[in-house]
Amino acid sequence: MAKPASSNTRAVTANRLRDGAVVFRTVTGGWSSRIADAETASSETDAARLLAQAERDAATAVVVGPYLIDVAEIGGELRPTSLRERIRAYGPTTPMAGVEAVPYL
Amino acid sequence: MPLLKNGRISEESWQPVGDEAPLPSDGAIVISFARFKAEPDRLAGRNAALGVRLKNTDDVRALADHVGRLGLIVLEFPKYTDGRAYSQARILREELGYTGELRAAGNVLLDQLLFMQRCGFDAFELARPDAELVWRKAVSTFAVFHQPTGDGRATILEQRRNALFEQRAQATWSGTAG
Amino acid sequence: MYQYDHFDQEFVDQRVTQFRDQVRRRLTGELSEDEFKPLRLTNGLYLQLHAYMLRVAIPYGTLSAVQMRMLAHIARRYDRGYGHFTTRQNIQFNWIRLEDAPDALADLASVQMHALQTSGNVIRNTTADQWAGVALDEIEDPRIWCEIIRQWSSLHPEFSFLPRKFKIAVTGSPNDRAAVRVHDIGLRMHKNAAGEIGFEVIVGGGLGRTPLIGKTIAPFLPKQHLLSYLEAIMRVYNQAGRRDNIYKARIKILVHEIGVEEMRRRVELEWEGLRDGRLQLDASVVADIEQRFARPVYEKLPADSAEVALLRFKDKAFGRWMRANVVPHLQPGYAIVNISLKPEGEPPGDASAAQMDAIADLADAHSLGEIRVTHAQNLVLPHVKITDLPAIFARLQHIGLAADNIGQVGDIIACPGLDFCALANARSIPVAQRISRHFADAKLGAEIGDLQIKISGCINACGHHHVGHIGILGVDKHGEEFYQITLGGSAENAASIGTIVGPAVAYEDVVGAVDNIVRTYLDTRNADERFLDTVRRVGISPFKERLYAAA
Ligand code: SF4
Repeated sequence: MAKPASSNTRAVTANRLRDGAVVFRTVTGGWSSRIADAETASSETDAARLLAQAERDAATAVVVGPYLIDVAEIGGELRPTSLRERIRAYGPTTPMAGVEAVPYL
Repeated sequence: MPLLKNGRISEESWQPVGDEAPLPSDGAIVISFARFKAEPDRLAGRNAALGVRLKNTDDVRALADHVGRLGLIVLEFPKYTDGRAYSQARILREELGYTGELRAAGNVLLDQLLFMQRCGFDAFELARPDAELVWRKAVSTFAVFHQPTGDGRATILEQRRNALFEQRAQATWSGTAG
Repeated sequence: MYQYDHFDQEFVDQRVTQFRDQVRRRLTGELSEDEFKPLRLTNGLYLQLHAYMLRVAIPYGTLSAVQMRMLAHIARRYDRGYGHFTTRQNIQFNWIRLEDAPDALADLASVQMHALQTSGNVIRNTTADQWAGVALDEIEDPRIWCEIIRQWSSLHPEFSFLPRKFKIAVTGSPNDRAAVRVHDIGLRMHKNAAGEIGFEVIVGGGLGRTPLIGKTIAPFLPKQHLLSYLEAIMRVYNQAGRRDNIYKARIKILVHEIGVEEMRRRVELEWEGLRDGRLQLDASVVADIEQRFARPVYEKLPADSAEVALLRFKDKAFGRWMRANVVPHLQPGYAIVNISLKPEGEPPGDASAAQMDAIADLADAHSLGEIRVTHAQNLVLPHVKITDLPAIFARLQHIGLAADNIGQVGDIIACPGLDFCALANARSIPVAQRISRHFADAKLGAEIGDLQIKISGCINACGHHHVGHIGILGVDKHGEEFYQITLGGSAENAASIGTIVGPAVAYEDVVGAVDNIVRTYLDTRNADERFLDTVRRVGISPFKERLYAAA
């Protein structure tokens, strides 16, 4: 499994309140369903600041349950390092009836 | 703490007295269940209204012989997800026949008001300016109920049974008339 | 099928109105997530990995063709065109938007459906034998009692904030198909010496982290006392059940800690005050509910059809399907058809909207408009004329649901696992798909015979792995998916919890391990001996030795 080279790079993820969609906190302070748009933090301070901003959006009913995840540049793209977060970012690993297969890894 | 009592925002008229504090000689007071059990004689000698505050782990049946002289019982919801006091309330009302004020304290949320009322609570620590409105809405959300509790509402099963009786009675009546 | 009266309808309608208001308050920020969560949960709405998941109750697994069509509509209108039938005889939609949830519930209410009691620390949807009302061995139809329990437990004011969720199952047959010994309360209907029918009340069974077989707390409870006795149990549990540790909060832990004798003493004490009260069931009211089940009207038919018997012989595929999927009905000339939702290599329990519609049509044409959902995540057409079987088989082939594997190795039970579930450690569905594909390719299903594989993605055991003949549990080892394998579990009459065979295996190795275990069985079994019986006879050692020999 790919590990970030140096100290952990982190991004903030949450579910959007009105539809539950997986979203990532962006550089412009919004939320995007594409992890490529996520703002990353490589120090503890930056990560804490990022999370604090996200929590304000949770308090104002924009997103639910924001938290930090580990991410890494793999093949020139930003990807979550854990399987759980990859499944959240890209969808189920198995195409389900009626669902288009979603690209996975 | 603002109080909602029988659907109205009300003034607090009970004074809480700590376990170590001296008992005031008059005025309505609320003491802990521990103190209530520890000082029966001194409390009996006092000629004023008495209330007790229970933890949700206290055995309410220990109050069986005393409910008649209690004017207030406070039950606690440390978290709204901790539902033990619902059972305490029903035992107090339906089994022990307690008729005084039954107050819900702690984490009391408007979406739980109807459940609480159905279990016998008639007073709530609810810090909302719109508490009366919220109350009216909460208790009128449902017009039909499944469980027989001490709240006086007929259950759906009972209403069905009554309807069946009526049908039968009518059938008999029209039978004899015709 | 139970038909709502205006009370039932009013109740679910008011519930929808209430939830619509709660969702509105959440979307405007008036309610915090902490305050809203239990409210949405008690309306069956979870927040899972990718979206909100709506769990719709299918009380005791019975639904009408009209209701099935509504599920198809929900799938199309509010989801991605499919639904997932669960081990609790419910259906889950995985991609629901919070904004849409009140509309979806309103649509469901229009066909007498709801999501009440499908989540939260409440009395959950009561489950029953999927063949209730049509099984040959039935003493009495358990669904009438499930319905009575459903009504009593719906929004119970005293028991809506229990220490933990609470599941009740009822069986009306001596052959338990409702797994009553692994539920919080199991009710087994039986006749006493005087010939009266009553309930054996079993308490404190369950799976999860601490799997326990339930204990009998009342050997024979007369019917009219059912609700008062249940209320007494619930009251003891509500007050004494542990709330300090989520893993110790189920009633099984309480029963285990204080012992069944003490539990009985406490329950009887509560019951004394409740027994002769308003919960006592009036015979006329029970009869009224029974009558609203509108019993199916059968035709008088010859017991057998020579034509179908001949076709069975001539058309091998039809013959295999008949043998695996069709079981006898109590009415001569009728049969029970099990529809496998486990086509080879597909996710267990999923059905597309088109398949749901097609099954609804089949039910209208051939099953008196009725369908059942099983805990094995399959569907049932409960009232089929034997002469209609060839037509049904042909139609099922057409919609891709003619898999002839009921009760066999391909009929795998799997929870949603890490592909969907926020609590999962590991994936379940792809594991099931791989195993299914492997044995389908090897064409071994019929040869292996009766074998239940059950897969859970975490210790919550929604896939009932403890009671699988082969149980597979996903665990997390340093961020990697591993699977612990158990052998010899069963949820039937002689219920047993499976034994762990050895160290967990990696995701890539699960199929090989299951194959290895099955081959050990094939080499070890006596003639006609079922997998479970072989494991019980020889123990796990031969399996273990061969499985880990290579390593
Ligand atoms: S067993 Fe675990 S992973 Fe599977 S559905 Fe239940 S909670 Fe989720």
